[in-house]
Amino acid sequence: MLLINCPWCGPRDETEFHYGSEAHIGYPEKPEDLTDKQWAEYIFYRNNPKGWFAERWVHNVGCRRWFNIWRNTVNHEFGPSYKPFTKQPSRPQ
Amino acid sequence: MTIKRRHTEELPEHPDFLWKNPSPKKSYDVIVIGAGGHGLATAYYLAKNFGITNVAVLEKGYLAGGNMGRNTTIIRSNYLWDESAGIYEKSLQLWEGLEEEVGYEMFFDQRGVMTLAHSVSDLRSKQRNFYANAVNDIDSQWLTPEEVKKIAPIVNISPDVRYPVLGATYQARGGIAKHDWVAWGYAKAASDLGVDLIQGCEVKKVKVENGKVVGVDTNQGFISANKVAMAAAGHTSVLSEMAGFRVPLQSRPLQALVSELLEHVLDTVIMSGAVHVYVSQAHKGELVMGAGTDAYNSYAQRGGFHVIEHQLASALELFPIFSRAHLLRTWGGIVDIAPDASPILGLTPVEHLYINSGWGTGGFKATPGSGWAFADTIAHNRPHDLVKPYSLNRFVTGHLIDEHGAAGVAH
Ligand SMILES: Cc1cc2nc3c(=O)[nH]c(=O)nc-3n(C[C@H](O)[C@H](O)[C@H](O)COP(=O)(O)OP(=O)(O)OC[C@H]3O[C@@H](n4cnc5c(N)ncnc54)[C@H](O)[C@@H]3O)c2cc1C
Ligand SMILES: [Zn+2]
Repeated sequence: MLLINCPWCGPRDETEFHYGSEAHIGYPEKPEDLTDKQWAEYIFYRNNPKGWFAERWVHNVGCRRWFNIWRNTVNHEFGPSYKPFTKQPSRPQ
Repeated sequence: MTIKRRHTEELPEHPDFLWKNPSPKKSYDVIVIGAGGHGLATAYYLAKNFGITNVAVLEKGYLAGGNMGRNTTIIRSNYLWDESAGIYEKSLQLWEGLEEEVGYEMFFDQRGVMTLAHSVSDLRSKQRNFYANAVNDIDSQWLTPEEVKKIAPIVNISPDVRYPVLGATYQARGGIAKHDWVAWGYAKAASDLGVDLIQGCEVKKVKVENGKVVGVDTNQGFISANKVAMAAAGHTSVLSEMAGFRVPLQSRPLQALVSELLEHVLDTVIMSGAVHVYVSQAHKGELVMGAGTDAYNSYAQRGGFHVIEHQLASALELFPIFSRAHLLRTWGGIVDIAPDASPILGLTPVEHLYINSGWGTGGFKATPGSGWAFADTIAHNRPHDLVKPYSLNRFVTGHLIDEHGAAGVAH
């Protein structure tokens, strides 16, 4: 089980959280201008890196708030977690 | 060749070497990346059906060391949509003659697959699936809880449980096979036809010139090829990126487990999507169980133990008799999941580069059909009719094949 560092509550068991996939996917600024291909990218395409990944989790049985965190998809090591709309810490080495 | 079917007590020793281990040649007509079930089947059908034998299968680890050797081997074709009926039923028909065709025992066993429904909405969606199967001429039966109990006496059909059994679909032609033997059978048959199976050979870069694939860089040097076919399951995103395009796949851990060897108490396969468990009893007597995926992206081939606990809790309610069984071993594989839980197959934005991916949690059953139709696609450089609906382009056109109910949770 992962031990996930909620930026509000501190480290908690993975079972307290829900996964939210890739972080920093903003709603398109001008949706009316998007081509079908761009819509497909916005809706269906997410990065799937082997290595460090900035992803979202929600602490749904704790503070119920969303946040972002760096995690390595090869060994499940965590980097820094950070609140939404704050500056993203650089990718861990 | 006729295959004699053996019983448990007669299970043979592991076989001697079945294929050659050549060094890679400088160039091939077709390079297949990944020696899982789909890659091996693709190579076999390229050689067998199209006479294309100057083929290499490159495998970064050992043959069938990925999902092919880690799955719970459930085989069935009673999916919801027409597109799925097409490729999974073709696959089941190939399974029915496969041991004879490749001349190798695979312990294919049509013991039936039962899918339980536990709530009113679950019941309705299973019945919808059942009627869709009827329309597509796919054998399927509807079972009442009492009929479930007749086929599998150890199932608890008491209404007094959290998730009572309200009914089930049953595909009598479904069943299991021994996954490693399936891989070995395809490998041996492909190798006998002249295909080079190269283990410990990792593709590091897919080389593209003027929009056309020209070969691959590997830890054993550059190997040129007229055509390259990716069958890399959980690593498809990584390979696509090497070739310069994206795929809408996410790689997730999927775990399974076995108990110690037990008396035979279950001679069919039972799945329950709603409570996240599926069970069969293998030939030697161990209970084989699987669950849903872990929540997060991963390439680590392992998941959290709470997922195992969750599936065992469900299993115990359905099968109280399992309460004394011991967990012997758990493991995980990395499955590639598309947004609609259906595979992504066919051509890619790079000429002569083909993709076979997105089989996610349920591609073992598709091994023969997928290899068969993918080989045809590669040989003719156009998608076979069964492959057509699974194009990468469906995420732009919106023609999704939503099998979440059928494939996303269980098999
Ligand atoms: C626990 C578990 C249970 C499952 N249960 C079922 C089930 O009951 N029924 C069912 O139908 N399906 C099931 N599945 C799904 C099924 O196993 C997969 O859909 C299927 O095996 C995927 O195709 P494959 O066999 O070709 O994949 P794999 O065996 O994973 O083959 C891909 C190969 O590509 C290789 N590779 C990757 N990158 C590179 C590279 N750069 N260079 C060279 N080689 C590379 C990998 O090492 C790997 O061997 C299950 C999967 C898991 C993990
Ligand atoms: Zn919190």
